[in-house]
Amino acid sequence: MSAVAVEPRESVAVEENYLSDHTVKSWLLTTDHKRIGILYLISVTLFFLVGGAAASMMRFELMTPKGDLLGSPDVYNRLFTTHGVVMIFFFLVPSIPAVLGNFLIPLMIGARDLAFPILNLMSWYVYIIGGSIAIYILMFGGVDTGWTFYTPFSTMYSNTMVVHAAIAVFITGFSSILTGLNFIVTIHTMRAPGMSWFRLPLFVWAHYATSLIMVLGTPVLAIAVALIAVERGFGIGIFNPNLGGDPVLFQHLFWFYSHPAVYIMILPGMGVISEIIPCFARRPIFGYRFIAASSLAIAVIGFVVWGHHMFVSGQSMYAGMVFSMLSFLVAVPSAIKVFNWTSTMYKGSIRFDTPMLYALGFIGLFTIGGLTGMMLSTLAVDIHVHDTYFVVAHFHYIMVGGAVMAYLGGIHFWWPKITGRMYSELLGKLSALTVFIGFNLTFFPQFVLGYLGMPRRYFEYASEFQVLNVMSTAGASILAAGYALPLFYLLLSLRQPPTAGKNPWGATGLEWQVDSPPTTHNFDFTPRIDRAPYAYSPVAIEGFDGYSDHGSH
Amino acid sequence: MDTATMAHTNVAEHASDASPLLLHQFDDVHQQSESSILGMWLFLATEVMFFGGLLTAFAVYRLLNPREIALASQNLNVPLGCVNTMVLLVSSLTMALAVRASQLGRRKDVVRMLLLTMIFGTMFLVVKGFEWRADYHENLIPWINFEVPHHQAEEVHELGLVPAKMELFFIMYFFMTGLHALHLIIGIVMLAIMAHLVHRNWFSGSGAVQIEVAGLYWHFIDIVWVFLYPLLYLISAH
Repeated sequence: MSAVAVEPRESVAVEENYLSDHTVKSWLLTTDHKRIGILYLISVTLFFLVGGAAASMMRFELMTPKGDLLGSPDVYNRLFTTHGVVMIFFFLVPSIPAVLGNFLIPLMIGARDLAFPILNLMSWYVYIIGGSIAIYILMFGGVDTGWTFYTPFSTMYSNTMVVHAAIAVFITGFSSILTGLNFIVTIHTMRAPGMSWFRLPLFVWAHYATSLIMVLGTPVLAIAVALIAVERGFGIGIFNPNLGGDPVLFQHLFWFYSHPAVYIMILPGMGVISEIIPCFARRPIFGYRFIAASSLAIAVIGFVVWGHHMFVSGQSMYAGMVFSMLSFLVAVPSAIKVFNWTSTMYKGSIRFDTPMLYALGFIGLFTIGGLTGMMLSTLAVDIHVHDTYFVVAHFHYIMVGGAVMAYLGGIHFWWPKITGRMYSELLGKLSALTVFIGFNLTFFPQFVLGYLGMPRRYFEYASEFQVLNVMSTAGASILAAGYALPLFYLLLSLRQPPTAGKNPWGATGLEWQVDSPPTTHNFDFTPRIDRAPYAYSPVAIEGFDGYSDHGSH
Repeated sequence: MDTATMAHTNVAEHASDASPLLLHQFDDVHQQSESSILGMWLFLATEVMFFGGLLTAFAVYRLLNPREIALASQNLNVPLGCVNTMVLLVSSLTMALAVRASQLGRRKDVVRMLLLTMIFGTMFLVVKGFEWRADYHENLIPWINFEVPHHQAEEVHELGLVPAKMELFFIMYFFMTGLHALHLIIGIVMLAIMAHLVHRNWFSGSGAVQIEVAGLYWHFIDIVWVFLYPLLYLISAH
């Protein structure tokens, strides 16, 4: 064995780590990628609560067929717009990349920091400025266009704060561009000696693909919303057909970013799952190169499927057919990942710890979301279920059942590394189970509702849909409890001393060989890598003795 | 044993080639400069997509309203646009000379060439300003005072063209040239800072990497104009 054992460095662990400096100034001016990850963790959690509150109010309104609780459809329109804008631009897009990606990528590739630490801090401030405008809109009027800002409603008819919302989205886009740019440069230039491309953890590959989309897609969204703001602000016609403009052009520009944005949300989640599954199955990942390449394939193909959002928008039938076929094609790399994760578990010594429960939930829910996506990319079926709850259920299976499950799985997996603390395993398992049950109860009935013809974005509905809607609302309450639980026990774990040790899960990644929490400069020595990742073996599990530090035997 | 995949390279090994301007996250100057240049290329990729979205929108509108757009475009001042194109191309030459001078370590030449580049950039803005001023006097500014020019009114009427579609051309024209001018102003400020720092001998060497990165941005602004000029000015020139 050519590997050299790591010397224990207990003295360093006791003395200081990246959390040691407690002043507010040290946090607000930090350029440490780990601290910026924590800043993002706190901010995206706050936005998640805002978006979740809006969703809860919508679900309560939908308990009864008549619009009674909220009083007017205008309030309901503002709520679903708030829910969409906040959850997508301020929670899902930054969640895994900006929190876990920021924290872990330098650790995983053996670097002291990202390539541009000041730019990294700047991205957080840009995010906060955009987020503040979003909160301002929320308090002083709201927006009622839906998160898609379709013209001509957004430019000519809506009486709400569309220009503010466009500015908020425009600004926040730059935080995402800066993060993506930083990741790509870091992965190219900062890898430790021996960390070749095919020794990179799949989490890093997934973030590389995500960053490509962020860098190439976000500017197009920026220009689309800028044109909306100019048209509205100056009262001139850019997307107005009477003045030579084309409202469908807006949809093209919007979805050119916003469909790949779905992959910005799900690809990092796939990266998280690729880390968790081999660790808790005690097996090397199956088909490493295929999983890595499929991330890139998703990023590339994902750029040419946007037209499937416009099958009924007056797009040419032939364009529709091409987009339909390309949309089927993008399912192939996703399926490759699912099959490879499943094969990884075959004959493994599976342990059902909290992160693994979340990961297993992800695989099941993502598969349902993906397969219903296939139904939607079929032209004829899409015309039947377009703009119904079927679509709502489909993308929630991807974004909530997929991305949020993966995010929570990742938070539970790396919590001991981030904070140095273990949480209550019992409560952790309970939360994973509650989220899984609550999620399915909330969104499965929506597939049925949509197939039966209930349109989305209405605050009233025909009374025969009530039973399924009540089920969905009941599920949402369970889901909310499932989300509240980790907030409670994870924060509680911070009261204990940091005794998790370097490697509580017996994982192989480079990040598990440094202290928990890591020191400010991550590594005392530049690591040198001499083998492929995921060198798990079922034998190693016999020597596994619970949650103690045994990284150096 | 299974978890131990690290071997040691003492950080002190890298200290030997550390310069005072080496940032803490990098191992050596080479890694640092490689990162800066790649970072700028990626930033330019975002800019390509940013302008790309606009150019796509413009292309679509030209296809949808070919006659109005061609007619409206005739109101632009082709000679001035041509002069401006040459001014910017020459500024790219002086920028390239500045990069070359910094690689050869001739600090004075670097400063000189950067100043020349800034002067050409400013000349472009001044000419552009005169063009915009003329547009204002000819009532061509959307939202403020747009109306179809008198000499074209008859043609518009005869062919049954829609004046609003001519206004659409000017919306795109001002949006794109305005955005380009904004980029140019940022570029001039950036070069001013660079010239100052090179003059003060702030960089190690003559700032070869920094000047190169700034140069990439400057050339990009020029290339954008090389696309904008024919697309906007030369529509009806056969």
